[in-house]
Amino acid sequence: MNGSRAATLPVARRLSSLRSDGFPTIPVAILGLLIFVAVFANALAPHDPEVGSLGERFRPPVWQQGGSEKFLLGSDHLGRDVLSRLIFGARVSIVVGFTAVLVAGVLGTGLGILSGYLGGWVDQVIMRLTDAWLALPALTFAIFLAAVVGPSEMNIVIILGSVYWTRYARVIRGEVLSLKERDFVRLAIVAGCSKRTIMKRHILPNVLNSAIVLGTLMLGVVVVTEAALSFLGVGVPPPKPAWGLMLADGKKGMMAGYWWLTVLPGCCIMFMVLSANLLGDWLRVKLDPQLRQL
Amino acid sequence: MKRYILKRVGFAAISLVLLSVTIFLLVRLTGDPTVLLVEPGASQADMEAIRKQFGLDRPIWVQYGHFVSSLVRGDLGHSFYYRTPVLELYLSRLPSSLMLAAAAMAFSLVIGIPTGIIAAVRVNQWWDSAGKVFALLGLSLPSFWVGLLLILFFSVYLGWLPSSGSGTAAHLVMPAFALGWYFAAAHMRLTRSSMLDVLGSEYVKLARLKGLPEALVIGKHAFKNALIPVLTLAGINLVIMVNVAVVVETVFAWPGIGRLLYEGIAFRDFPVVQATVILNGAMVVVVSLLVDILYAVIDPRIRLAR
Repeated sequence: MNGSRAATLPVARRLSSLRSDGFPTIPVAILGLLIFVAVFANALAPHDPEVGSLGERFRPPVWQQGGSEKFLLGSDHLGRDVLSRLIFGARVSIVVGFTAVLVAGVLGTGLGILSGYLGGWVDQVIMRLTDAWLALPALTFAIFLAAVVGPSEMNIVIILGSVYWTRYARVIRGEVLSLKERDFVRLAIVAGCSKRTIMKRHILPNVLNSAIVLGTLMLGVVVVTEAALSFLGVGVPPPKPAWGLMLADGKKGMMAGYWWLTVLPGCCIMFMVLSANLLGDWLRVKLDPQLRQL
Repeated sequence: MKRYILKRVGFAAISLVLLSVTIFLLVRLTGDPTVLLVEPGASQADMEAIRKQFGLDRPIWVQYGHFVSSLVRGDLGHSFYYRTPVLELYLSRLPSSLMLAAAAMAFSLVIGIPTGIIAAVRVNQWWDSAGKVFALLGLSLPSFWVGLLLILFFSVYLGWLPSSGSGTAAHLVMPAFALGWYFAAAHMRLTRSSMLDVLGSEYVKLARLKGLPEALVIGKHAFKNALIPVLTLAGINLVIMVNVAVVVETVFAWPGIGRLLYEGIAFRDFPVVQATVILNGAMVVVVSLLVDILYAVIDPRIRLAR
């Protein structure tokens, strides 16, 4: 009895302290919902997102005059169901967003650790490369890459990863520089650990928090960039349902007042990015005291 | 000072070399560059001619030398679509881009600086929270979606503003707003934190102790110094805007460089895409170099610290 109380108390206290710090319930719920929708898109979507019938083009949402229950959120210029496309679009954004953040994170964290811990010419080379890369305009560079390698989801992930790794490298290197002066790292050196072991066992676990915080904040940037690339026609290739692509298609019906084709996909992007940013801000305060100033 | 400038020029030069190498290698490693450099639907003989012209059958470092020397001579190739030298095209679009960027910048500063100051002076009060929400929205809404919503509301429903094109001041309003929106939020955030820094400093305390009225302390003593980092960022952001504008220009059919880049992609006009990216990249590198040097001139602590 006593034992179980002792075991639950810290958890309870922890939870309540999370709450008092303004745990971002709504953003987490939105992200959770988006992930859920992305995973079960096949079961949730009422129609095939890529097939429409031209006889049922530009149907308004169900609550507007002329809307039908067949298309709850209306249909687009090819008569495809907007709701189904939004649902499958969540899958594209989630998959591309998370994998691109992961690619950028692994690359940037790895280089940041190498650069910070090894120092010397390795540090010089990696940091000059990072500086040069940071100087390039990210969106223009991503567009160029996309134009060269051609549009596909896989390529988008590689492009976003290779454009955004620099932000991790900078921050992680800075942290490693201070970590390597700490006693536990010095002890490991005295104990005869190899550089490789120290970086893997002692440095990496200590920078993971920062990497996670950065990753959450990057998720928003990556999702917007993916949407922009798709909007410009160098991102996810049609007829795949990506939110940015839907906005590009929605432009065609905009002057006729078919608002749902423009407003709804944008709302999805906005909710996802807002949630990621709010969660990232909260995680930053919670996990990483050093980043609080950022 | 001289050493600092030399060092910065050196870094900028490295960035430019890296930019050219990256673009050169990417085009050649991701497939046959002839396919990109030749017009769609060209014959086998044309492809051979292009291969000869660009020396694509020669070793790679010879090719790179050729690539760089034509860059330095300002020869960036011919557009397939417009049938003119790409450099000419770029320069003819540059004024439109700069005009849009200047308008968006003006908008972002007019919104960002006052709200940032208010948020810093009234820190943790209602104004500050409102400012935080504004900053969050500014940083989270994609500019092209803001642009589309503006068209939907002001052009389609209200019919007040033209939805696309350029020429009059009315054409400039919506693109400048859509583009400046994100930067207004960024400038507000920076004004707030820089103002908070300055307000906590000794000389502001002294000014208050002297008994100066609060409006004078903030308006004259704090404001001036708090503005330095904001204006530095604004200088760099102006070129960033020219780059980011590609989506906004596409939405509003604004005839700037971003639109040129978009056309280059849409018409598979590779020389245009390549040249735009190179020139935009070079512009960012050069302007950040100038801003850094100017900053060091204004604030001696920067050059002494390194």
